[in-house]
Amino acid sequence: MKLLDCALEFTALPGALAAYRTECDAAGLLGFAAAVKDSGGRFIALWGSDERDRQGGFAVHVAFGIAAGLALVTLPLTADRPAYPSLEDIFPAANRQQRATRDLFGIHAEMAANEAAHDDQRPWLRHANWPADFFPLRRDCDASRQFNTAQEDYAFVRVEGDGVHEIPVGPIHAGIIEPGHFRFSVVGEKVLRLEQRLGWKHKGIEKRFEQMPLAEGHRLAGRISGDSTVAYAWAYCLAAESLTGCTPPPRALWLRALLLERERIANHLGDLGYLGNDAALAFGLSQFMRLREDWLRLSAEFFGHRLLMDRIVPGGVAFDLTAGGDEKILGQCASIEREMHLLKDIYDEHAGLQDRFLTTGRLAPELATALSVSGLAGRASSQAWDLRAQNAIAPYNQLDVRIASHRNGDVAARVAVRFEEVFESLRVMRQILVVLTDDLCRDLIEPLPAARDGAFGIGWIEGWRGDVLVALTAGNAGGIRRCHCHDPSWRIWPALEHAVMGNIVPDFPLINKSFNLSYSGPDL
Amino acid sequence: MLPLLKQIFLTGFKTEAPPLADAALRVTAQRLEQAMLRKLGRALVIRHVDAGSCNGCELEIHALNNLYYNLEALGIRFAASPRHADLLLVTGPVASNMKIALQRAHAAMPEPKLVVAVGDCGCSGGIFGESYASCGRVANVIAVDVAVPGCPPTPLALMQGILTAIDGHPM
Repeated sequence: MKLLDCALEFTALPGALAAYRTECDAAGLLGFAAAVKDSGGRFIALWGSDERDRQGGFAVHVAFGIAAGLALVTLPLTADRPAYPSLEDIFPAANRQQRATRDLFGIHAEMAANEAAHDDQRPWLRHANWPADFFPLRRDCDASRQFNTAQEDYAFVRVEGDGVHEIPVGPIHAGIIEPGHFRFSVVGEKVLRLEQRLGWKHKGIEKRFEQMPLAEGHRLAGRISGDSTVAYAWAYCLAAESLTGCTPPPRALWLRALLLERERIANHLGDLGYLGNDAALAFGLSQFMRLREDWLRLSAEFFGHRLLMDRIVPGGVAFDLTAGGDEKILGQCASIEREMHLLKDIYDEHAGLQDRFLTTGRLAPELATALSVSGLAGRASSQAWDLRAQNAIAPYNQLDVRIASHRNGDVAARVAVRFEEVFESLRVMRQILVVLTDDLCRDLIEPLPAARDGAFGIGWIEGWRGDVLVALTAGNAGGIRRCHCHDPSWRIWPALEHAVMGNIVPDFPLINKSFNLSYSGPDL
Repeated sequence: MLPLLKQIFLTGFKTEAPPLADAALRVTAQRLEQAMLRKLGRALVIRHVDAGSCNGCELEIHALNNLYYNLEALGIRFAASPRHADLLLVTGPVASNMKIALQRAHAAMPEPKLVVAVGDCGCSGGIFGESYASCGRVANVIAVDVAVPGCPPTPLALMQGILTAIDGHPM
């Protein structure tokens, strides 16, 4: 089939997801990327693979989000000159992923001749801790080798002018946060420019996948970004189920959705508390963290894990709702909803808080579009994408989820989206619980059939932060040949660089928290 | 203002009893003297370093300061600088990219310094193991006093690990 009036012929991937795949040449990729942009679509992810043992070369894969669903374009590359045209001109969000792909595979994105001066040759995931000619994701690379570590000299972009100075922050930050480096160029207290240097947490997850059985990979996927463990595990299982032709029992899908909404609410509760705290309202932190703790304790009681790790498994789920669970969960939904309304009123009426929230850290809708920002941060800047509402998979296709969307793109808008999403998730959870109590079939898992060597599947799930994507290729004897996991933070981090421009340095923690991006997710 | 005060009043006291120290969590015997421990036990300052976790452990460390666990009520608080800290709380397998930063944070702490490794990854490298990008467990990079397993450890387990580090009873 054809997509977006392009000449490329796509085939639909098996499974629940509306996903289409094709193989093409460099011109085809560029043409399709431009068509995606023109249609209002977005760039999602770019990754590489080493196919030298099969087809004699490498490949680069690019996933786009379009109205019809997910379009995946694969571009085969030769072994002796693995290069492909850079997508940066069309989608600037490709920059970091292209650099990471070069670090891991030694395959290059090439700028057009007239753009060569803008070619960003700096590494991304590779700091100075492994050699530049060591490409860990090549199949013949011995990734167990360990190297001497060294301090990296990274070429930050220098801002010059009267009174401009730099504030380097990190990798270790002042709070209980993940590591990353921020380089602020400031005049007085005003931020002229922020440049991020991430990759500190890179721990070789993609290589690690290749040493795991396909049926176990959900555990590793669920530990790519712990705050999104449900979204990652579901996306991984969706990919594994697509490539093996497995359909989980309906009850398992409803239970998965219940967990995904619980994860969304748990994270939003924590964020709303910290956002109050960062604007000097400690009351907000203590109240929301109390609600979050109540929430996590109920998760532990009925689902066996506070953060819901390892509950979703290939073919279904590893738990069921025990007797009385639905009543207790509904009771908690009611009490949380009541308190949320109360706290929202307090936040809304608090002049000091609103003064800090409004107009701070603004990400304009046009910029959010240009940078392919999606997820919660995108929705606060008019990017009305939500996989639970568009091309939704079961059971979301029966839930009619309302998208929370705002135009202002400031901290206040990201706070508002969180409040609205909590209320909507509470509504959705109630609907799910009605089905779960009525549903008589108690099957929870469908055994995963053996995977054909080289079979490919994809999973795409709307986590609390945004869309998580997992692209999985089966190996021989039940193994994993390649697994790429994509965190929405990849595309939102660069937007944060823009959102802080013109703000004052003391507002950075508040702005950063309002995005609350994952470091571990994109560092892999 | 009135609804806010009313909410504080209605919330009331939530703090629960802290767990007891558990000598089984010790990796090395207590090196500090009783007199020092008595002082630390009433005013312990922690610096947290994420050396490569999935951020699950961080979520549970954050929970330590909620109303239920209320770690600060025990005189234990988190500091922004390792120079102010008595105890280093380290999560994750140590990513190669974080190795130098972790060593420097540890070196910046004044003596006597304690180290608590957090989570299955901090204890053993966990699911990530050792590779070109991961140095594995925390003890591979700096000396560890107490290791708290769990994926992630619950806030109670974390509290127990911290209290064990400043507990004077022999192993």
